[in-house]
Parts: sequence; structure tokens; C-alpha cells
Amino acid sequence: MSNSEIKKTDIKMAETPEGYEGNGFFATKLDTVVGLARANSLWPLPFATSCCGIEFMATMASHYDVARFGSERMSFSPRQADMLLVMGTIAKKMAPILRQVYEQMSEPRWVIAVGACASSGGIFDTYSVLQGIDKVIPVDVYVPGCPPRPEQILDGIMKLQDIVKNESVRRRNSPEYKELLASYNIS
Amino acid sequence: MALETSVIQDKLTEQFGDKVTGFITIKDMFSFEVASDSMSGVMGFLKNDPELRFNFLTDVCGIHYPDNEKDRQFAVVYHMHNWFDNVRIRFKCFLDGENPEIETATTHFLSANWQERETYDFYGIIFKGHPQLKRILNMDEMVSFPMRKEYPMEDGGRTDKDDRFFGRITDNATN
Repeated sequence: MSNSEIKKTDIKMAETPEGYEGNGFFATKLDTVVGLARANSLWPLPFATSCCGIEFMATMASHYDVARFGSERMSFSPRQADMLLVMGTIAKKMAPILRQVYEQMSEPRWVIAVGACASSGGIFDTYSVLQGIDKVIPVDVYVPGCPPRPEQILDGIMKLQDIVKNESVRRRNSPEYKELLASYNIS
Repeated sequence: MALETSVIQDKLTEQFGDKVTGFITIKDMFSFEVASDSMSGVMGFLKNDPELRFNFLTDVCGIHYPDNEKDRQFAVVYHMHNWFDNVRIRFKCFLDGENPEIETATTHFLSANWQERETYDFYGIIFKGHPQLKRILNMDEMVSFPMRKEYPMEDGGRTDKDDRFFGRITDNATN
């Protein structure tokens, strides 16, 4: 299907990845096909502890409609989730629970830190609050804001889609990834 | 007839003598100080006396006064409420700065359980005879008592703030 035909219709299609096209065949890398499929069907696991969670509810609902990005299926079990969205202040007492949730997710898994608290502790520069979730789990995308607007959360999800599309299928086998997880003591 | 503060004062003085001192009314609330070794007796008397009838323990909390003399560096504050006459009182027990210990109030009020755990959690005040004196709000691994003034309020692990611009002391980096 050529680009001019897509514009004529209202149906949104994912862009065709780079590849060789001929009569009756199209060839491309497995990585890009898998990446395309993954990026457009990221199942979110909302870990909402405060006001950023309220913004995410708006993001989920019809007005901002995260379903447009293939993420309408909220997964409240970490086992069937791809994208952990941490929204809100994480107290130090909660840090091991967050970590356990992350460990229970199966590969491939990605993390978005939504809002100032999840990214850096935010205004809570205090003994009881974790100063950013990247102290306990690796983070792929940070969304700033206190709280961020739904547009910003969607922008964060789109940034994550870019990462997912351009990542190797075998990401978890790469030495960099293993080293990253080892630095968090996650095996 | 409402319970007069003079009646409370007279009864306590008659019963406990100089263990109960410093009677004063602050913002319409009758307050006094109790020697820490008589706390349990005074609280039981306030609760069970047929005229005083302070049947409800509203609050237990701690205070740290690091600048006080050594035997008065901690205080435990008790608020009690008489539901029959709708009268509230408050009393403080001062404790030693090195070894803050006081009897538990759970023998009189079971509701003191969590309040004393919280006070222990934040100030390290030991309540003797408490059924389960362990941390309640902070994480179990915490070694400091964060509301004591010698501990910094901020978390030292923070990397996005430049200490010079936020008035931090440097030793909080080792948390």
C-alpha cells in the first residue's frame, strides 16, 4: 500500500517499515516487524499513588483516549503487562513493593516515570520519600510535570513507542541490558 | 454542671502532691506537667475518678527539646477528653535525653497502642510494657528516629539539587 492511498482514507495505519518491496512480496528485518507490533500494543500497568494517577485516568478515558496508541488494555497484573507507569510519590516503605511489581513483569518490559515525584522525588525532599524510582528500578522515559497534563503523558508513551520500535528483539540478551539490571541487583 | 479546672487541680494536687505541677490554661485548654514516673497513676486517676471522668485518650505524641537541660529533652504529650462534661485537658511528661523511657498508657487505653508506636517510630521514646513496640509508619530498615532534631529532614540521596542553593548541611549526603 502506498502512502497516497493511506491519506485518502480515514483509517490510521502504522507506517510501513523500511524494506524491499516487489511484485507480491515485501521483505524487512524481523526486529522492525516485532518492534512495530510491540510498540502499537503496549499494555500498561498503572501504578498510581497520587495526583499523577488522576491525570492518567483522564489520559485513559475517552477525551484523551490512550487506546489510540494501542494501550487501552490496562493490565492490573504485572505478568501480562509491558509498560509500567509509575505515577505519584513513592515512599521508601513502598519501594520494595514497586520493585517486586517490576520483577514480576515478564520481558520485554518498559518503565515510564510519570511526574516529578516518580522522576526525582519532586517537592518531597525528605527522609521518607524515595528520591526518584530510578533508585530501585531502571526507567526508560521520564515525564516531567506536577502533575503532567494528559498530553504530556501521551507524549511520554509516544517516546517509549520510538524506543520500542528501534530496539532489538533480543534486547534482554544484550550485555548492556544485563549490566543495567545487574546494577539494580535484578536478575 | 460543668467540671471546673480548679476542681481538677485540687483533686490532682491532693492525690499526687508535687508530682503534678505547672497548672496553666493555654487557649482555653487546661494543661499541666506530670512527673514521668507518675504518668500511669495520674492517667488512671483521671480516667477512673467518678468526678473527673476523662474517659477518652485523644492523642499521644512526642516533642524533642534539644536545648533543654539533659533530663528534660524529650516530652510526651497526652490529651484527654471528658465526654460527660465535654472538658479537655493536656499534660506533658518530660523525659531524659539519653534514655527516654516512660510507662505505657495501653494499660488504661488500648487506643494508645498505635499512638505510642508512632511516637517510638519518630522519637525513639521507649514505652515500657507496650505489647508491640515496633515501627509503624516508617520502613523497618530505618535506623534513625527522624523527628529528632539531630537528624536531617532531607534525603541525602537526592542528585538533582545543588546543596549550596538549598541551605543543606553537608553531612546529610551519608544517609
